[in-house]
Amino acid sequence: MSALTLTLKAEPRQRVDMRPLSAARELTPAEIAALKLWLGKRRRRVDELFTLEGDDTARLVLRGDCRKLDYIGRDARDLDITVEGNAGAYAGMGMRSGRLHVKGDADLFAACELRGGLVQIDGNAGNFLGAALPGDKRGMRGGIVLVKGDAGDRCGDQLRRGIILVEGNAGDYCGSRLIAGTIAVMGQVGKNPGYGLRRGTLLLWREPAVIPATYGDCGTHTLGFLPLWFAGLRHLDSRFADPANAFNRVHRYGGDLASVGRGEILVRAA
Amino acid sequence: MVINGIHIDDTFAEAFPMKATRAIITAQNLEWAYHSARAMTGFATSVIACGCEAGIERELSPEETPDGRPGVAVLIFAMGGKGLAKQLETRAGQCVLTSPTSALFAGIEGGKPIPLGKNLRFFGDGFQMSKKIGGRRYWRIPVMDGEFLAEETTGMVDAVGGGNFLILAESQPQALAACEAAVAAMKEIPNVIMPFPGGVVRSGSKVGSKYKALNASTNDAFCPTLKGVTNTQLSPEIESVMEIVIDGLTKEDIDKAMRAGIEAVCQLGAGAGIRRISAGNYGGKLGPFHFHLREIMA
Repeated sequence: MSALTLTLKAEPRQRVDMRPLSAARELTPAEIAALKLWLGKRRRRVDELFTLEGDDTARLVLRGDCRKLDYIGRDARDLDITVEGNAGAYAGMGMRSGRLHVKGDADLFAACELRGGLVQIDGNAGNFLGAALPGDKRGMRGGIVLVKGDAGDRCGDQLRRGIILVEGNAGDYCGSRLIAGTIAVMGQVGKNPGYGLRRGTLLLWREPAVIPATYGDCGTHTLGFLPLWFAGLRHLDSRFADPANAFNRVHRYGGDLASVGRGEILVRAA
Repeated sequence: MVINGIHIDDTFAEAFPMKATRAIITAQNLEWAYHSARAMTGFATSVIACGCEAGIERELSPEETPDGRPGVAVLIFAMGGKGLAKQLETRAGQCVLTSPTSALFAGIEGGKPIPLGKNLRFFGDGFQMSKKIGGRRYWRIPVMDGEFLAEETTGMVDAVGGGNFLILAESQPQALAACEAAVAAMKEIPNVIMPFPGGVVRSGSKVGSKYKALNASTNDAFCPTLKGVTNTQLSPEIESVMEIVIDGLTKEDIDKAMRAGIEAVCQLGAGAGIRRISAGNYGGKLGPFHFHLREIMA
């Protein structure tokens, strides 16, 4: 069986709410074609917006300029979704299991409130990657998010569990209000990393321009969990999977002491 | 049955069901892993008085351990799950948590999970942190030499305890030499431990006692100094009897270990003063697992 491929006929004029497609696994291709999607204030059938090919409804491929397609893979279970280009906002939001692979960029709130599975973004991710929606108290609760490019501001805001991996840079307030879990950034982070962090780990390859004043310097240490942690990433298509990029010697800053103060910023040490 | 001049008795060893788990201790080097493992398995020879039976199963190379450091695998056996969990936690807390550079990991996949680092984490007094890696939870407990890393749980499985055989020799040194050869061979077999000191027990016991408080007492039928005053099973030339007790994860594991051990003894032959191989048979009162010596050696 070949993956069910949905190719956009034209760039939508309004933003499209893609969440009905998250139930694709339980539907036939004909039923998927008949699904109605919100397009601005109107509803349109899937086959009015896309041409459909293939029959494996557990594997979806989205083609065309998908920047205006929001909520791709929202709350999906055991779906394998590939976006061959950019994705709109809320990509992978609340996903339970399976895989979402965005080959381009993802907009705001990608993987927000993710519960499980893997969200891979080959390009850049917008602000609030893996975060909580405004008003909600918990962000990502499980799974792995891998961004090969840069992540925007507030990456992992209120992250509860799981791993966010950023190969490039992360913006300001990276790991803000982190509850637990791990955010790893290979590039630079912006201002105020770990702002209001309660528990959890911000793992950095490069020293931030300024370590917030509410963090205590705990010195340099060799931590035994890091080799295990890196070994757990070996299955990924990522620089994080390369043993050459693994380390266990870190400078530890404990904090945020203005919050619960049980978390840490770990910076790779020589 | 006679092998190399040594008589193999037509009897069987009796063993009983136990619960078991395996823990992996790693450290900066093998020496420190052994320090920790020896302490953890100390005073764990017999469930009669120790609460559990434990031993070092084997050394692990860095490639075999979760954190890529040298380590040892430890097996712990107890009569029930509750007792096993208690012993594991007490021993891990006193002997692994305290041992420099150590880390503690689960050694059994599947089975019923029992706490490993799950409660030890509270030693961290709130500073402990957890990390979930590949579906498994680990606890990072801050300690004075850095961090003690412990996996949250390990698996508990059904197992068999009390497999055994007796070596009857013309002298004490000859009996001990035969035991040493047997234990060395049996250590090559996976999934088993010989929990007594050096793998050998000289105080083999029978079930019950004339004293009501005791549920086991000296196996007088195999005590050489009582040959003339009790219903002995020893011939005049036997001066020393030693027993090797084996706990294993399955009956088959104990079968293999007993065979390896008895073969090693038989290689020494009657010329080394070894006259008979027998087994602890308590008339079916001890347990449902029976290890017939002649079947094992057939």
